[in-house]
Amino acid sequence: MADADRKDTQEQAEFRAYCRDWLDSNKPGQPPVRIPLGALELSDPAALQWLQVWQKSAFDAGLVGCDYPVEAGGGGRNNCQTIANQEMQRAKTPFFPNIIGLGMAAPTVLFHAQEDTKNALLPRLFSGEDIWCQGFSEPGAGSDLANQQTFAEKRGDSWVINGHKVWTSLAHFANWMILLCRTDKTDKYNGLSYFVVPIQTAIGKGVTVRPLIKLTGETGFNEVIFEDLVVEDKYRLDAVGAGWKVAMTTLSHERGAGQLVTPSAGGMTQENTKGANTSSPSALIELAKTSYRNGKTAADDPLLRDEIIKIMIRQEAFRQNQRRALVPALIDHPMRIPLQNKLIGTEFNQDLAEIAYDIQGAASSLYLNDDNALGGGEWQLAYMNSFGVTIAAGANEVQRNILGERVLGMPKSK
Amino acid sequence: MIEQPKNFGFGEDETMLRDSAKKFFSDHCSADKIHRQVAGNPDIHRNIECIWDKGLWQQITELGWTAACVPEAAGGIGMPLVAALALAEEAGRAAFPSPLISTFNTTFVLRECYSAAANDVLAEIAGGKPMSLAITNQQGSWEPTDTDVNIDNGQLNGNAWFVQDARKAEGLVVSARSAAGVGLYYVATDADGVTIAADGIIDLTRDQAHISFAGVTAIEVAAPGTGDTALAHALPAIQAVIAADMVGAGEWLLQTTVEYTNTRVQFDRPLGFFQAVKHPLVNVMLDIDRAKSLAYSAACAIDSDPERQEWANTVKLAHMAKANASDMAVFASSRAVQFHGGIGFTWECYVHLFFKRQMHNQMLFGDAKYHRAILADMLIGQAA
Ligand SMILES: Cc1cc2nc3c(=O)[nH]c(=O)nc-3n(C[C@H](O)[C@H](O)[C@H](O)COP(=O)(O)OP(=O)(O)OC[C@H]3O[C@@H](n4cnc5c(N)ncnc54)[C@H](O)[C@@H]3O)c2cc1C
Repeated sequence: MADADRKDTQEQAEFRAYCRDWLDSNKPGQPPVRIPLGALELSDPAALQWLQVWQKSAFDAGLVGCDYPVEAGGGGRNNCQTIANQEMQRAKTPFFPNIIGLGMAAPTVLFHAQEDTKNALLPRLFSGEDIWCQGFSEPGAGSDLANQQTFAEKRGDSWVINGHKVWTSLAHFANWMILLCRTDKTDKYNGLSYFVVPIQTAIGKGVTVRPLIKLTGETGFNEVIFEDLVVEDKYRLDAVGAGWKVAMTTLSHERGAGQLVTPSAGGMTQENTKGANTSSPSALIELAKTSYRNGKTAADDPLLRDEIIKIMIRQEAFRQNQRRALVPALIDHPMRIPLQNKLIGTEFNQDLAEIAYDIQGAASSLYLNDDNALGGGEWQLAYMNSFGVTIAAGANEVQRNILGERVLGMPKSK
Repeated sequence: MIEQPKNFGFGEDETMLRDSAKKFFSDHCSADKIHRQVAGNPDIHRNIECIWDKGLWQQITELGWTAACVPEAAGGIGMPLVAALALAEEAGRAAFPSPLISTFNTTFVLRECYSAAANDVLAEIAGGKPMSLAITNQQGSWEPTDTDVNIDNGQLNGNAWFVQDARKAEGLVVSARSAAGVGLYYVATDADGVTIAADGIIDLTRDQAHISFAGVTAIEVAAPGTGDTALAHALPAIQAVIAADMVGAGEWLLQTTVEYTNTRVQFDRPLGFFQAVKHPLVNVMLDIDRAKSLAYSAACAIDSDPERQEWANTVKLAHMAKANASDMAVFASSRAVQFHGGIGFTWECYVHLFFKRQMHNQMLFGDAKYHRAILADMLIGQAA
């Protein structure tokens, strides 16, 4: 067997050792404030700031943007982001707050922005100094994303934008937005264009951001209103009318099926809360061993045992899918596994948290504001929050359409 | 931790072998041909038959399939287990009527016996002799220590049940109990005292039998007290290879059903337009992919860890593979019949060949619930 099949490349191996070393001495300690489950739940500025310090230190050390070109602030390496991600997971670090920037804006900017714009924006994106948000969804354009009504009108050398975006995660903190909008009302798909927009400096001057409260009681997403906002032409990505094509770059990366691996960190457990790690089946087993249903330990309930094992099988299979996705001889269609990831990952988390509900029996009624809640009430919160991601980024029904149509070749349901 | 190959150990040789199997099946085993071969008689009370093409068996042994996973020291090719999985996957996709899987399973058991006698039998397998395992009792227990056969003075007495492809096999590895524990024994299927009674089974692509042993002289391949360990060591490979057969058959069911629903028009549209059809078929695909990834990861774990240093992990992966594949097999079959409509409910439609093979496979060596119960004890701990 070729060595390359078995091991990291030399570059990867050296980089892995470097990451491990750096993380050993630079991994952040315990946070001074409650850190939520993920970046999309961020509402406390103090939590954001603490996470930004962490993202910047990881960027300065070269663990963020590893495979991006050096001119754009990247590391200029080959297939090393995966290595950094693995090592950060292994070290159980906090997550990165600029999740939309890293996962969606960065590859889109890299592939479609003008050279100067790209090199000016990406370093601050990678460092987390700039927080990005995504202005795609509108009241009338959800799953049917191309039904954009927000309009950009060319006036002289600039664009004037009017419209209404909804569900815009992190807009309350964001400096920048990736914006999909209409430049031609006569053509649904070819009438779209794509911009990057500095929104924070324009708040009160053409941009209004209003928080929306989620069913959990948290904030995290917003509506954003544009009234005659002027945007320079250098912030247009790709050609006028090419917005749909650019949006596909964003969406394929959002779904984990893009060309570049998204820098991602995580795994930290917070000790100063009673919070359970709600993405881990082993935490679920712990919960089952300490929860009671009808006076008996939940871990002894044969039906719950079966549910726990079913979800553990799904988790292991997900892991092994990722491994198989890199073996061309063992896959039938190159997009078959990558396009499943969003769907499978979000349903895994939803079902995991739902089992946790069952396990807790009567105690599942308790929430974060009750000291007796098991695991700090985090499982209940995780269950409710899980719907955010089965809906967002293309509802899972839409994901199933995509898989059926693009991978299995079934008729389009549009 | 043992470092496993990133490509599951599935390299160029394995890919070539698999591609030649694909070609072999597309040349010789179209669903149409298999249907004409094995489904000639729909009568529920038909005579129990054992239909297979020995000429094709001859050809696959010449292609080296039975030798693939026999160790070089025993005259085989010594390929990794993932090679057998690829062959099983293609055999499943073709619903190939043959003793290939039972011969593989026998190979896996003999590989764990480490005796000269076992190596002699392995050499015969490498040479193309079809074999099977007679290791299951009347209650259908999959536990290595359970057997209804006894060994006394080198002679086997008793019965083995649910023996796969028994009438195609020329030799059997039998588990038998004596005062010193369970041992493994080799007998030829035509030896004196061996009576093979065919079972009437649903699967048209296999045969199954219960076998009685009356004073049969046998060759010991694993000594009393070591046979159950050899079986236990072979079980993960057996589970993975059956999972691979189910993955192949599942993929045939999926692709055939997609093709049908893409062409069958009702309400002025191809049926596949409707999400009530499309989405379950996508779910079938997700399930197949899970089973396939788990099966290859289990096989790779076995290949990478001959000293069994991380055996618990290997055992876990194999149980997961078989559990997932069994549920998938049932689901893929049920959706295939349903979405073919009336034609899918007929004997004439090829779907039933695969449906029946899947229903047979899903219980073989334990169904999904069986494996999950074991996993629960392993991963959660025994219930009080
Ligand atoms: C937590 C969260 C964060 C978000 N963050 C952002 C963000 O930062 N930026 C942004 O632009 N957007 C964001 N969104 C919006 C998200 O992309 C949309 O909610 C999503 O695309 C669905 O659109 P919709 O809400 O209008 O639902 P609709 O399109 O009205 O759909 C409602 C439901 O109908 C079903 N459905 C829809 N279409 C189909 C179909 N073709 N076939 C079958 N079933 C279908 C699905 O179940 C879907 O959930 C976020 C959403 C959530 C929940």
